[in-house]
Amino acid sequence: MNAITPIRTPAEQALIGAFGALRDTGPAGAALEGLRIDGFSRFEASGLPHRRVEEWKYTDLRAMMREAKPLAGAPDASALLAAKVAVGRLPRVGGSRIVMVDGFHAPDLADGGSLPEGVTVSGLAEAMARRPDVAALLAGQPATRGNTAFALNNAFLTDGLLIEVAPGTEVGHALDLVSITSDGAPRLVTARVVVVVGAGASAGIVETHVGPAGVDYQKNVVMQVVVRDGATFEHGRRQIEGDQALHLSTLEATVGAEAHFDSLTLTTGAAVSRSQLFVRFAGEHSDVTLRGVTMLKGRQHADTALVTDHAVPNCQSRETFKHILDGEAHGVFQGKIIVQPIAQKTDGRMMSQTIMLAEGPSMDNKPELEIFADDVACAHGCTCGELDADLMFYLKARGIPHKEAEALLVEAFAREAIEDFGGGPLAVVEELREAMLASVTEWMRART
Amino acid sequence: MPAVQETVEQVRAIDVDQYKYGFSTEIEMELAPKGLSEDIVRYISARKNEPAWMLEWRLDAYRRWLTMREPEWARVDYPQIDFQDMYYYAAPKSNAAPQSLDEIDPAILETYKKLGIPLREQEILAGVAPEKRIAVDAVFDSVSVVTTFKEELRKSGVIFCSISEALQEHPELVRQYIGSVVPTTDNFYATLNAAVFSDGSFVYIPPDVRCPMELSTYFRINEQKTGQFERTLIIADKGSYVSYLEGCTAPMRDENQLHAAVVELIAHDDAEIKYSTVQNWFPGDAEGKGGIYNFVTKRGDCRGARSKISWTQVETGSAITWKYPSCILRGDDSQGEFYSIAVSNGAQQVDSGTKMIHLGKNTRSRIISKGISAGRSQNTYRGLVSAHRRATNAKNFTNCDSLLIGNACGAHTVPYIESKTASAVFEHEATTSKVSEDQMFYCMQRGLTQEEAIALIVNGFVKDVLQQLPMEFMVEAQKLIAISLEGSVG
Repeated sequence: MNAITPIRTPAEQALIGAFGALRDTGPAGAALEGLRIDGFSRFEASGLPHRRVEEWKYTDLRAMMREAKPLAGAPDASALLAAKVAVGRLPRVGGSRIVMVDGFHAPDLADGGSLPEGVTVSGLAEAMARRPDVAALLAGQPATRGNTAFALNNAFLTDGLLIEVAPGTEVGHALDLVSITSDGAPRLVTARVVVVVGAGASAGIVETHVGPAGVDYQKNVVMQVVVRDGATFEHGRRQIEGDQALHLSTLEATVGAEAHFDSLTLTTGAAVSRSQLFVRFAGEHSDVTLRGVTMLKGRQHADTALVTDHAVPNCQSRETFKHILDGEAHGVFQGKIIVQPIAQKTDGRMMSQTIMLAEGPSMDNKPELEIFADDVACAHGCTCGELDADLMFYLKARGIPHKEAEALLVEAFAREAIEDFGGGPLAVVEELREAMLASVTEWMRART
Repeated sequence: MPAVQETVEQVRAIDVDQYKYGFSTEIEMELAPKGLSEDIVRYISARKNEPAWMLEWRLDAYRRWLTMREPEWARVDYPQIDFQDMYYYAAPKSNAAPQSLDEIDPAILETYKKLGIPLREQEILAGVAPEKRIAVDAVFDSVSVVTTFKEELRKSGVIFCSISEALQEHPELVRQYIGSVVPTTDNFYATLNAAVFSDGSFVYIPPDVRCPMELSTYFRINEQKTGQFERTLIIADKGSYVSYLEGCTAPMRDENQLHAAVVELIAHDDAEIKYSTVQNWFPGDAEGKGGIYNFVTKRGDCRGARSKISWTQVETGSAITWKYPSCILRGDDSQGEFYSIAVSNGAQQVDSGTKMIHLGKNTRSRIISKGISAGRSQNTYRGLVSAHRRATNAKNFTNCDSLLIGNACGAHTVPYIESKTASAVFEHEATTSKVSEDQMFYCMQRGLTQEEAIALIVNGFVKDVLQQLPMEFMVEAQKLIAISLEGSVG
């Protein structure tokens, strides 16, 4: 390839400028400096991804991110107070609540009593300075490292959270992690959470991402999860950002032997969002289930990009993603199952289904299989269409009004992805499932 | 599992002598100077005595090609091709406009005889029932040597000849349609083809005519260091029907040879084109040395309402295959079909699939793709199904299955499904599996040998596709699959 000097977009120039300014101020978290420089140089080399970059084919970030907002600083007292009020309105799903405001940990806003026994929460920069093993956790898998959203998260990382569950601990209730962006001038929020679930432990986290409506803030969040041997981790995620927001999120999971990882994402917010999931099996006889329900209206754009890497034999993965599109929304699903040569006896199944409720939306699907081992069973399926006219007729013939019939069918459609979430020992899972189903119902009701 | 290890070893032991079309013909050839330049483009055009507009069209393509870059997105890996180190035109010397078969070099006739391609109409008439007759256009390196049954076809108004001949006799038809489906700007190899294509077949079926016999073209690469660039243009006018078969072979050589063809199909209102390919270019030896690079652009345009284009392909040859026969479903109620079996063995690399582009209302398409990989081969299905906003009630069903034999090969599926209209219904399913031990046990317990059992299972696996092939090809294709998989069983 010839070396081509790309023309920098205003957003790219702003990001490069922001990095320079950040470096000059000598930011907090000196231990993170190596990571920042590495992330920045990767971003500088690639620029913002565009449609010629295969992984971003349907989410042309270069065109969608016209400008980069100024980096968010630590929230001041009034921002914290406003956040406290806003967070207070959110019903708690789970046990102890941990709050991040503009990407910074706000311990004063914690709620729901003290942390369960065996769970510790510490600052990332502080932990890194203290413990050399944290650097390896932060570095990311090879597939993640090459990702631009991840690189940008590294470039602007000044702190984050390290949540650890001690080996053998059974945490009865999930942690309720709220990540809120303050009202006011739009900014670029960078947040990072690392979760380590010790061997044999079981735990869960429910993430909720919220922010003000009508503000075009930008948010780039990364969660890195290590599920050690024999551990169970259940992960719920609600992306209910403000309607003008740009939301990039990356979930990276490394799953040990005989471990279980189950993740469920509900996406209804943000103008433009992309949810990336990178899952890698590091030990045998483990299973991973990834699910998602995305509901979009107006001109919203949401992309789900996942890579499941079967690097060891005898593992099972299931991916079920549902899109419900209205207005002129644009949904994207790009899933890839990789089966490495040694990963015999892999069982992988991926399903992406879409229902369009209007004539205007569009959906792009790319369910991909990359298989190098012969003794495996892998399948993917994909469907796309409107609500079944026969089913609608059946319901309406029984006197159910059109809108209710639609809602009923859409709920049933979404329920398939939601209802068997969890299955581990967590009490909170039931609560989360109900909360998510309620969101689906609410979304259908709010349709005009 | 020991069986798997054995399988690998047996696959490794596969020798190239299985490729029975690997002989070469000693014949005096006329070659253009090596390399590619505007002069070569002019030379080819002059050799064919083409009209001025055709030369301009070629030169325009050539200039554009100079600015293009080779595509890199496919999952194939090969050393850089030196486009200056090959011949772009090679024709048997004695082929100065033969009037009858008797004037054709006997060595060429012998070649086609060895390949089992009937060129003598009398012989065919003598032996076969009339409805089984097939008209053949035989292309040897860069030129068409003979086209059979031309006269008889002409009686029903069907034009079937080489494209060079069509340029002389029906220039208005060629000018109207050439490049209208695959424009000269389309892609690197299609543009190269537009600049240097030397021959190929031309078919025109007039309105409301059902072509009285199967048409076919047999492509043979013989000369060393040549590229074959043929161009096929098939036009089915309103209400007509044609079934067209294509076969290809090449000698075994250590070097890689480039085959960059373009096929354009146009179906007007109510017309139907059935296009079948049995691609058996030399795949290279077990170490991946030699073989044909098969970089082909095939596209059909369902231009008229209720038109139908159906692609069927059996791919067993070529070192590298890069080919995506596609359908543009422009006419309302038009239909596209794609049935494919791609078998790869040794060090072959296949990146193949289709595109179904739904533009008209109530358009339907169906994709059945079966990939079988063995040895150290990589077999990728890459396909696009898209529905435009106006393509209301579009329907697609896609089924792509892969079968792996041995643990050194790879099977990949890269489908793109893009829908811009709610009433379009798209269904896609793909599976990957290994020949199940239960199935093998069941068959062998009933007295089949391991090889027979695997052949039975594999044939069952590809049955959906084989059924779409014309009868003459079905038997051939079944044999081909058996050959490609021979020795793959542990």
